[in-house]
Amino acid sequence: MNLHEYQAKTLLQKYGIPVPRGQVVAVAKETVAVTTEIASDAWVVKAQVHAGGRGKAGGVKVVKSAAEAQKLASELLGKTLVTYQNAPDGQPVNQVLVEETLPIARELYLSMLVDRTLERIVVVASSAGGMDIEEIAQTSPEKILQEICEPLNGLVDFQARNLAFKLDLSGDQVGAFTRLLKGLYRLFKENDLALLEINPLVVTTDGKLYALDCKMSVDDNALYRQKTLAEQRDWSQEDSKEAIAHHAGLNYIALNGNIGCMVNGAGLAMATMDLIKLHGGAPANFLDVGGGATAETVAKAFKIILADSNVKAILVNIFGGIMRCDIIAEGIIAAVKEVGMQIPVIVRLEGTNVDLGKKMLQTSGLNIISAEGLTDAAQQAVHAVRSSASENGAVAA
Amino acid sequence: MSILVNKNTRVLCQGFTGKQGTFHSEQALAYGTKVVGGVTPGKGGQLHLGLPVFNTMRDAVRTTGANASVIYVPPAFAADSILEASDAGIELIICITEGIPVLDMLNVKAALKANGTKLIGPNCPGVITPDECKIGIMPGSIHLRGKVGVVSRSGTLTYEAVHQTTALKLGQSTCVGIGGDPIKGLNFIECLQMFEADDETEAIIMVGEIGGSDEEAAAEFIKSNVTKPVAAYIAGQTAPAGKRMGHAGAIISGGSGKAVDKIRALELAGAVVASSPAGLGEAVLAAIDKKK
Repeated sequence: MNLHEYQAKTLLQKYGIPVPRGQVVAVAKETVAVTTEIASDAWVVKAQVHAGGRGKAGGVKVVKSAAEAQKLASELLGKTLVTYQNAPDGQPVNQVLVEETLPIARELYLSMLVDRTLERIVVVASSAGGMDIEEIAQTSPEKILQEICEPLNGLVDFQARNLAFKLDLSGDQVGAFTRLLKGLYRLFKENDLALLEINPLVVTTDGKLYALDCKMSVDDNALYRQKTLAEQRDWSQEDSKEAIAHHAGLNYIALNGNIGCMVNGAGLAMATMDLIKLHGGAPANFLDVGGGATAETVAKAFKIILADSNVKAILVNIFGGIMRCDIIAEGIIAAVKEVGMQIPVIVRLEGTNVDLGKKMLQTSGLNIISAEGLTDAAQQAVHAVRSSASENGAVAA
Repeated sequence: MSILVNKNTRVLCQGFTGKQGTFHSEQALAYGTKVVGGVTPGKGGQLHLGLPVFNTMRDAVRTTGANASVIYVPPAFAADSILEASDAGIELIICITEGIPVLDMLNVKAALKANGTKLIGPNCPGVITPDECKIGIMPGSIHLRGKVGVVSRSGTLTYEAVHQTTALKLGQSTCVGIGGDPIKGLNFIECLQMFEADDETEAIIMVGEIGGSDEEAAAEFIKSNVTKPVAAYIAGQTAPAGKRMGHAGAIISGGSGKAVDKIRALELAGAVVASSPAGLGEAVLAAIDKKK
């Protein structure tokens, strides 16, 4: 789960990490009060969306007056901001953050993440701030610094000093950087973060450190114990079908194709998408219904898949396992009836009582095709979509 | 022979009296697994499925002499259960639970290393040596004792590999579901090493997916350490970058973790990589043929 910049900065402040003075607003005219309260030569107005590349997309601008701030805020609020990261759909701007501007001397990069190979929390820093870390890794990998935190002692002072001196910080800045980094480590652990990125971390002309921008994402598995953070989730930033699926307890990810997929198990669900592609089709989604596959969950899954108007056929791929295939077939038949399915449903079943399950599907009198194995299922689904396209073509002609 | 579990493995179930623990313990007992009891704090002294229930793992291990445990407790309590099993001297812990916070697993892994405990999972189907010992949620009926060792990050894709090798009468020596989490116990390399050393295993199927670089590391290992035929499949070739595909560990981030890189690495290491999940059986036959 991602946090907005303004939410992340509130957390930073709680852990004693300096951020520019600022205020988030949802109504353009409120910027006037903010610019009055926060005295500055100029202010920066920043669209709050869960995507990088906001600056280049016109979502971050410096303004010189209260009037200018209000004008820009009114232009941004309610609009959809499309950046290179969230294209082509973009994300809605429901808030803008108005901040003071600072006299910047240097821009640094700082992040913290869980490295799955090292199985440790790792701190990454670079003197090439303001650029994407992937870009730095490509153009100047020697500028990427790293410290690995052992679980027992966590981040230790000397590690912070190692980084500080390599980043060419000096004098009081070394101590300030050490305090900042230890605060970040505490924040990371206490809030179950998966990623924390400050880019840039700036050094001002008077030698102070500030987190100018911040991205945070929280480990989804830990949301049960991070209730305050979970409440801050902004569903408007996520695909609406994915949000509905999440609330229905289903694992769904929207894609661009026309064959809807309903599968049990995440690995098999990915493999089913690949299989459709291999046979010349295009999957419309990833959907893992889990082990249960009861009539109720199948019906919910069908409704979510059908909410995508591109879907021209549905491929159901269930490896029964301990759950009997006749029970799964019963669930599929009930769900097809319940949602009033208008498009073909191709079903591949495997597992205990598979013959009985297949027979029930074939004799249901519904638009259900019972496939013989994985390959047949994918081919039948691709074929069903092609024939529906040619039928539509004929009608149009 | 086989790896990790056999007919002498004595299994305790943590979360024994819960719905999942009860159902899968019944299935395991019916399969012939030596389940010797279980733990549910506060229910010690009772009998469940005809077996003793204990309050603590220390009591359970002392009384039953168990050497393996399987965990079916909710994610909020799973890290504690793994640590308790390790502390009680269990050699092999199988954690089925999905949804354990990553930071819990970081600490757990460090503790397990200090105790020398093996962990399978979390977020996995478990481990089975056909006809001897089934620990986990896989359907026992699809397995056939035989010569292919299976190691996989995905539960249902393990079943596909099993189903196809059973249909071809190759059968399986042991199947290990290592799980879909980014921080986990046994990984591909440890399992490949055990399969390589196991007399009964004549060929290996490894099923990977997008996210991380464990498959690339496994490919490097295969190149210099595995003489047996290896077939592989990697799920997620059509997965978009930056999206978590069901499993916590299945995500392409910052240009790494892509299926295409894993496939290339495995092919360079001499493995036969199936282009379709339906081709796992044929791929293992081809891999065996190639080594002749």
